[in-house]
Amino acid sequence: MTELSQFFSHIDGTEVALASWQTVAMLVGALIFSVILGLPVGIWLSVTSPTGLAPNKVSYGLLSLIVNVMRSIPFVILFILLIPVTLALVGTSLGVKGAIPPLVLGAAPFFARLVETALREVEHGVVEATQALGASKRQIILHTLLPEAMPGLIAAVTMTAIALVSYTAMAGVVGAGGLGDLAVRYGYQRFQTDVMVVTVALIVLLVQGLQMLGDALVSRFHKR
Amino acid sequence: MSLIQLSDVAKRFALKGRSQDALAGVSLGIARGEIFGVIGPSGSGKSTLIRLINRLETPTRGTVEIDGADIGKLTQAQLSVLRHKLGMIFQSFGLLSSKTARQNVLFALQLAKKTITADDQRRVDDLLARVGLSEHADKYPAQLSGGQKQRVAIARALANAPDILLCDEATSALDPESTQGVLTLLAELNRDLGLTIVVVTHEMDVVRQICDRVAVLDAGRIAEVGSVAQVLFDPQSEAAKALGRHLLPHAPVVAGATETRLRLTYFGEVVTGDALSAATQGVNVRFSILAGQVSELKTGPYGHLIVDISGPDRERVIERLTASGVRVEALS
Repeated sequence: MTELSQFFSHIDGTEVALASWQTVAMLVGALIFSVILGLPVGIWLSVTSPTGLAPNKVSYGLLSLIVNVMRSIPFVILFILLIPVTLALVGTSLGVKGAIPPLVLGAAPFFARLVETALREVEHGVVEATQALGASKRQIILHTLLPEAMPGLIAAVTMTAIALVSYTAMAGVVGAGGLGDLAVRYGYQRFQTDVMVVTVALIVLLVQGLQMLGDALVSRFHKR
Repeated sequence: MSLIQLSDVAKRFALKGRSQDALAGVSLGIARGEIFGVIGPSGSGKSTLIRLINRLETPTRGTVEIDGADIGKLTQAQLSVLRHKLGMIFQSFGLLSSKTARQNVLFALQLAKKTITADDQRRVDDLLARVGLSEHADKYPAQLSGGQKQRVAIARALANAPDILLCDEATSALDPESTQGVLTLLAELNRDLGLTIVVVTHEMDVVRQICDRVAVLDAGRIAEVGSVAQVLFDPQSEAAKALGRHLLPHAPVVAGATETRLRLTYFGEVVTGDALSAATQGVNVRFSILAGQVSELKTGPYGHLIVDISGPDRERVIERLTASGVRVEALS
């Protein structure tokens, strides 16, 4: 027992709690905006894709290229590249507030691709039957594609949330705070292995919790 | 005048640089109130043909008219209105998996009108009762059998009280029992509501059971059109012969001499009569029945016999049979 408490001697409850709170705040804030931004982009990609409702080579090609470019920039570099934009948007590039714009721009393209895939997986026969019922394109998107893809869309949100957890850890390195920051500053730079263990454990718990929540929601919306 | 009129309709698909004619100039008129079959082997263009009727496909050439109006000239909004009056069901059902049976039927009404009234709700319940699914109204498609899913699809297709129902291989994914149930339902809807039904199928048996007339499609062209009895018992084209062959009785190969063999086909009252025994009364012939079948078309019963008739009075028997309304063909 004493050995164990000795091992965890560097753990400061308040600091861990604060870092956890920062991570969750970054995650939730970035996730909300990623969905708001990525969902329409994903719908647009799916609708204009060669097999979509309204194929449009130029529009699809252009948007697809932008999404690919954003996705190929490593997140840490994207974070730094975006500092002027972040400053213009929220007035600071530090802390939770300063982390959200780059997190959103990192995660939204990823989410958009997942949305595109989820919508593409809706059975073509269902879309065709809705067309035969006289539905407009708008009605097909809103009342057929989105509800039918709901389990896939929830899985996409879950995957994006989990990707964001790892992004927030990286954001921590460049001044955003949170569990990643704690792990680097104490666990790595000061060789406090216990801090490293605790932060990693918390991140694992967070990811596990998100996955379980996501899975539960998916099975709730799955009517098969 | 035909309710549905296709005039010299062609459809060419471009697939990976190669273009292929799914339909190569088809003209066809479908009358109000009939059940019209379109039959053909796979790749004959029959699915393309039915999809032209509600403009899920647009023709490369030719026109499709419904009630005298060229549907190629409709705007998107007018097309939506037309489609509300043109129900369609599919082989794969096309039900929304996220909605219950009731919600799926209601969905068709929601697409067509802004507000749903209590009358509409009642209409949905009536339709579900009509297709025999009242007890399953709150189940999701995944909880229903194939036949039940197709019944939901039929109720949905009828929600906006269409004049025409298009059936694209609607029974092809169903087991024999469910197929019977769905075919019976379609025949009832035709009889009770005066619904015009277009049935696309590759099974002559489906055509036999419910259709009034049928078009045989072969490689994008119409091989022949006619009443079901005509196409089934007196096919002119190779395509029609191939499709109907298995429905007719065949004499076993081992049954010996074929020079005296006859095929007798008879319809209506003759079926229940005793044409053959009357014709062979008091004359010097021997006959044996090698194969036979009595079955039904939409227009009534028919009988079909393969017989060997030999003896001095053979010709007289054939005359008597013909006189009593039996079609006699020599099979040699």
